[in-house]
This record gives sequence, structure tokens and C-alpha cells, in this order.
Amino acid sequence: MYVAVKGGEKAIENAHAWLAEERRGSTDVAELSVAQIREQLSLAVNRVMAEGSLYDPDLAALAIKQARGDLIEAIFLIRAYRTTLPRFGYSNPVETAAMICDRRISATFKDAPGGQVLGPTFDYTHRLLDFKLAAEGEVPAVSEGPARTGSTPHITGFLRGEGIIQDEPASDETPGDLTREPLEFPTDRPLRLQSLTRGDEGFVLGMAYSTQRGYARNHAFVGELRIGKVPVEMDIPELGFAIEIGEIELTECETVNQFKGSKTEPPQFTRGYGLVFGQSERKSIAMALVDRALRWKELGEDNLGAPAQDEEFVLSHADNIQATGFLEHIKLPHYVDFQSELELVRKLRREAEERLTSKEAAE
Amino acid sequence: MNEYNFAYLDEQTKRMIRRAILKGLAVPGYQVPFASREMPMPYGWGTGGVQVSAATLTPGDTLKVIDQGADDTTNAVSIRKFFENTAGVETTEETEKATVIQTRHRIPEAKLRDDQIIVYQVPIPEPLRFLEPRETETRKMHSLEEYGLMHVKLYEDISRHGAISTAYAYPVKVSGRYVMDPSPIPKFDNPKLEMDAIQLFGAGREQRIYAVPPHTKVVSLDFEDYPFEATKANHPCDLCGANDSYLDEVIMDDAGNRMFVCSDTDFCRSRRAAGYQGRMAREEMQ
Repeated sequence: MYVAVKGGEKAIENAHAWLAEERRGSTDVAELSVAQIREQLSLAVNRVMAEGSLYDPDLAALAIKQARGDLIEAIFLIRAYRTTLPRFGYSNPVETAAMICDRRISATFKDAPGGQVLGPTFDYTHRLLDFKLAAEGEVPAVSEGPARTGSTPHITGFLRGEGIIQDEPASDETPGDLTREPLEFPTDRPLRLQSLTRGDEGFVLGMAYSTQRGYARNHAFVGELRIGKVPVEMDIPELGFAIEIGEIELTECETVNQFKGSKTEPPQFTRGYGLVFGQSERKSIAMALVDRALRWKELGEDNLGAPAQDEEFVLSHADNIQATGFLEHIKLPHYVDFQSELELVRKLRREAEERLTSKEAAE
Repeated sequence: MNEYNFAYLDEQTKRMIRRAILKGLAVPGYQVPFASREMPMPYGWGTGGVQVSAATLTPGDTLKVIDQGADDTTNAVSIRKFFENTAGVETTEETEKATVIQTRHRIPEAKLRDDQIIVYQVPIPEPLRFLEPRETETRKMHSLEEYGLMHVKLYEDISRHGAISTAYAYPVKVSGRYVMDPSPIPKFDNPKLEMDAIQLFGAGREQRIYAVPPHTKVVSLDFEDYPFEATKANHPCDLCGANDSYLDEVIMDDAGNRMFVCSDTDFCRSRRAAGYQGRMAREEMQ
């Protein structure tokens, strides 16, 4: 007679087995390899690395395979794995001015030292489904030119030379670490940037978009967007000097924002900054816009009450692993609390009815 | 899963969590921020409780995990398995035999002893959150002991509904100082919050740990003319006949027939083993 669900253990095992089958799909179709995902779905891999806060294309590709292409689930796998890795130390800051750029564009100048380098971009493609790809995706060989030599200095450096853009004072202070210390408000800019770079792409995009539509508009120009590889160096105490431990691909966006001056600052251009693992253009531009919106206090601007200006609102809700976990947990059993609510509502209804009948009787 | 450290987390992380637990015990009811880690189960599934349990467990411990009072609910099974795999500790379904009990939404019916620790999974640790969404504000309210807003809310409940309309996660005042969210336990369980065991509360996503040391005064907020009332379904358990346990209401058929059974499955089982029988006990045995 007792019909409550029993045997949770067996049910879980069966669910996992079915899930594994679904992940594989029809066995008539060849299985996807991790290398294929890494090479051919590289932008998905980049997003998983960025929001998973772990730079490892092979692990990210594995996570995508295991997650059946659900990128937030893949990010979650990476985050959980990341927890188990011991922290050996911190690298030196990477030098993005020395980046070997695949792509580097500026919207604020027609040309600049280092040039406008389009790189592999969707920007000027017509979004027409390419039915040929359904059959085969081989690309014809194209001629290669010689590699560009010479440095690619940051665009904001030129504006800085003229003293017309807000200066970012250099500091040797060790920034806080979002993954080692609990986030407490108010925060500072390094923590905000850490939170934004691992924040959900959709959320950061939406926040950035809201500033463009007038909720704390900050008049952003893409001063520069660059994508490429930078070496990562680490000081080894036993050696007494820094050695290169690897190379990572980054997307960096610096916005130049119009600024008419405030109570505390003279008229000048201001900056927003975005830096994201991999080729993650949309994310890094969005990050720069939200970063700029969150800087209202330090620039002496008014709080317009816009969501993108509110660091507690933005940082508390940017993490998709926190968000999806809490959202989805409401499908777990809640029947004990529901029972308590049931009894409360029944009691309140009973009392309301009694009040009504006694009132009618009195009339 | 042998490649992981005992109870999954590395020793450094466990030490950090233990420091937060000790601080929590020293300041009962105060929410201690801690650097919560991403765990291999989602936020909202008890990552706070799991981290507190991981930092609390020793190889000699016996662990019991319940969700909604039951040992066999899916999430309880999953967390118990996690610790079986990563810590290799003994597990049990018997409240009596456990040294550490991790729970979601219930306090066991059996009186807990001073050699036991109960770990609560907490979704929203801040009792003032739904009155004031900002953490910066609520922390200020706690430090100034400014709880007027909470009393106004309870008062408004009474004026609107004739009763305090909070059925679970009913706020309490701990040791005469901090207002605390006892986690979403039904208010039936509130009187049990004064107990002999150590009570630890972990909120992973919100990065907070708090605690109630043994024998600490815990008062459910109320008014003199509207005293707090621990309520339950007005039935005995249909399986074991208990009159004093929290009951689940189970819909049995299309006609909407119901039965009421203990939510604490171990309590119900042990009573039936001792020969107690409820209205439907005989049918259950068939």
C-alpha cells in the first residue's frame, strides 16, 4: 500500500546507465573523439576553459564530450576537477603587449602601429548555412605570407602618451583570489575582473547590453581587441629566476569610454577591461563594458541605480555554476517543507472560513 | 577514487573550513564567511554540508545522511556514496550508531547525544535575506543587532493572516544574540535545536558556515500573545502509530486517499521493530 519512492540507490544506477547510453547516441554513427572536439569545436572548448577557470583544452574537450555538449555542465565538471588540484604558486603577470596576435583590431583608429589584423573572424561572413559542410568540411589550401614582425603596442598607450586617457597607476600589490577567499562586499577591481572573466557569457553579455541601451550608458569604443598567445612565466625559488612554464591563448579588450568629467575627475577618456581565456571575443568586450560600468564610484560618477553599476547584484549572479545549481536544486525533494506549508494553508483557510460563518451567523 | 585525499578535500582546505567551524562555535549563530570550493555535486545539492562533513569526518567516524528525514532519498544516497568512496568511512542508517549526521530539511526524532555532530545543508543562510536582499545591509543589521524588520514581518503576518505564516526555515535567536536561519527544517523541528550534540550549518554557494554549540539557548521568534507553535499533521503514523513524530502525507491512489507516515524513516523502522503498529501496518507487511 505504501507507494512512496523507495530504492533510490538502484534508480540512480539505472539513470546513470541510461545517461551514458544517451551520451553515446546511435552506435551506427562513429564516436566523437576528444581531439575532434578540441580541434573542431574550439570556441566551445574556449568557453569551457574561460568559465571553468582552468586552461586545458584537452580536459575541456573531454568535459564537453562527457556533458553531451551542455557547456554549463562541462564548465561544472572542470570546476569540480579544479578543486582537487593543489596550488603550487602564482605565475608572474602575463604581458599582453608582447602577445603574438592572431587578430588585433582597433575601432578608434583607422590604422596603428602593428596594423589592423582581422585574423579568423566571423565578422564579415554572411550567415548563410553552408550546405557543403554537411557533406565534407575540407578546406582548400591557401597561400601563406611571411609572419608579421615588429611589436604590437597597446592602442591605449598612445592615448596615455597624450595624457588624455585616465591613468591606471601600476601596483605591485598582490591581488585577492576569488577562488581562495570568500567574496565579500564591497570588493575591489581585481576581484571584480576575476568574477567577470569566469562569469556566464550570457549573463555578462546581457549586463553589457543593458548599459548600451541606457541603463548606465558608458559610451564605449573598442579601443583595441587582440587575440593571441602569451607565454606564462613563474618564479622558481630554487632557481632564483622566472622560467616559462607554458603558453596560453587570450582575448583582451580595452574599451575607451567617453567621459565628461565628474566632481573628482577632469574630462578625459576612461577605460574598461576584458581578458578571457581562448578566443572569446564577445565575452571580453562584454566584460570590458561591465567593468567600466562598475567603476562609477572610483570615477566619481553618479549611481544611476542601473543593474550593471551594482557590484553586489552583478557579482552575486554572474557565476553560472552557482546559478544553475541553485536553480535546479528545486527539483530535489522538498516534501517535508511542502507538508508544513500544506498544513499552514489548511489551517489559515479553516480559520478564514470560521470567521466567515460566524460573521454570517451574526448578520 | 583512490587518487583523492581523505574525504575529497585537500588538508589545507579542510583546515580552512575547520577554522571557520571553530569560529562559528565560538560565536553561536554568527555567519562565518569561508572560501567554499566547487564540489563534484551542484550548488544547492548540499555542497556546504558536504564540505563541513568532509572537514569534520575522521576515519573512525560513522556517517548517516538523510534528506527529508529519509536515508533512501536519492540525494541522501548520492552523498552517502560520495563519502563511502572518498573517505571510506562506515555508514549507517541508524541515528543511534552515527557519529556524524548530515541532513537536509529535518532533525531526527531520536534525541541526539553529546558525542554526535549534526551537519545541516543550508540554501540561504541569511534569515533577513527576503526582507533585505543586500548582503552589505544584512551584515550591518546583524552587527547592530537590529532585528526590528523581522518582528515587523512576523507582526504583519499576524495582522494579515491571523498567524505567523512561516512553516519552515522558521527564524530563531541563538544565545540571546544572533537571529539565525535554522535551514529549511519544518518548524516542528525548531524545539529540538536545543540539544546535546554539536550543530554545524554549511552554505556552499553563499560561502557561509555557522554553528550552535551543545546546550545553547535557541528561541523561535514569536510574540507573547501569539506564541510559537510547533505543528505537524494531526494524525498518528499509519505504520508505527507514533503520535509525536513529523509526518509525510502520501497520496495512495487516484481517489486521493492519503496515508501519513513518519518522515524519519529510521525512527519509524525502529518503532515497528519494537512492535508498535499503526493503522496500516498489517497491509504494509503483506
